Amino acid sequence: MSFINYSSREINCKIVYYGPGLCGKTTNLQYIYNKTNPEAKGKMISLATETERTLFFDFLPLSLGEIRGFKTRFHLYTVPGQVFYDASRKLILKGVDGVVFVADSQIERMEANIESLDNLRTNLQEQGYNLDKIPYVVQYNKRDLPNSAPLEELRSLLNPQKVPDFPGIAAMGDGVFDTLKAVAKLVLTELKRGG
Amino acid sequence: MASPQMVMYDEEARQIQLVCDRLSRDANAKAVLVIDKNGQPIAQSGETDHLDVTSLSSLTAGNVAATGGIAKLLAENEFSGQFHEGQKTNVHISIVAQRVILVVLFDERSSLGLVRLRVRKASDELTRILDALVKKAASSNAPSVFAEITDEDIDNLFND
Repeated sequence: MSFINYSSREINCKIVYYGPGLCGKTTNLQYIYNKTNPEAKGKMISLATETERTLFFDFLPLSLGEIRGFKTRFHLYTVPGQVFYDASRKLILKGVDGVVFVADSQIERMEANIESLDNLRTNLQEQGYNLDKIPYVVQYNKRDLPNSAPLEELRSLLNPQKVPDFPGIAAMGDGVFDTLKAVAKLVLTELKRGG
Repeated sequence: MASPQMVMYDEEARQIQLVCDRLSRDANAKAVLVIDKNGQPIAQSGETDHLDVTSLSSLTAGNVAATGGIAKLLAENEFSGQFHEGQKTNVHISIVAQRVILVVLFDERSSLGLVRLRVRKASDELTRILDALVKKAASSNAPSVFAEITDEDIDNLFND
């Protein structure tokens, strides 16, 4: 649910990075944080376990500049990917404006990808959202690993609805900003349509 | 879309600000924040210069959402309030009109009893303002400025 503040002339939107455990959601946010001008970002918060697994969420506030005199602010969140944190994932999806599904390209993670995607669809439905209708993009991460599946196979399995998708190597930054820009554009376009 | 867009207009923003200022003064608080349930800051009052309001808002909303999740598991409607006691700063968190979160930061200059008392009054006022805001937003048929956004405007945002 975007928040339009006519008083402070701000548009605030919420984007959630979803995906199986260790697919690189936090890495996406860390890369964005490291490469963004200090004046355009706030503090990045990670609620993680001692072993740096996301426990609740990561949060990164980002300013993208002005549009028609309104400051656009995006709040980026990640969910914990591990299966047993499902209750937390549901909470983080509340009020979401756009979703990035980060897939792990490794062949042995295909089942985890599919399970996580099903879980995303179910959890969105519970909140009254339809994955086919909300701003949504896919990133195939870890393209540099030798055991990564061919892009076409990933596409047919994970992106049958053919939303914008991007190969990525989040640790090196490949595809990270392309993904963010694509989802942000979709969110703003939805806003334009009066969503 | 699942939930309607939240909007804030000048008039309601001013009214909410007045309630925050008064609460901050009457409760001897260090600071008062009003946050929407998704973690967006709406208003702030008191000593907020040194506060990272954006982070505080997001974490508080996460906290309230998690507590709400616990309430649901225990077949409670929601826990309407939370209190965290620190060595120097205490935090009182409450949900107003099931829509926004009211946060009061206070120290030894105040007390939990006083804060609770003042929060109750401020909550009633905020509820009235928020109800009016929802009605106003629903009945507004003024064309959204965003309808005029062009694809070019959006593209321009992303020019490096």
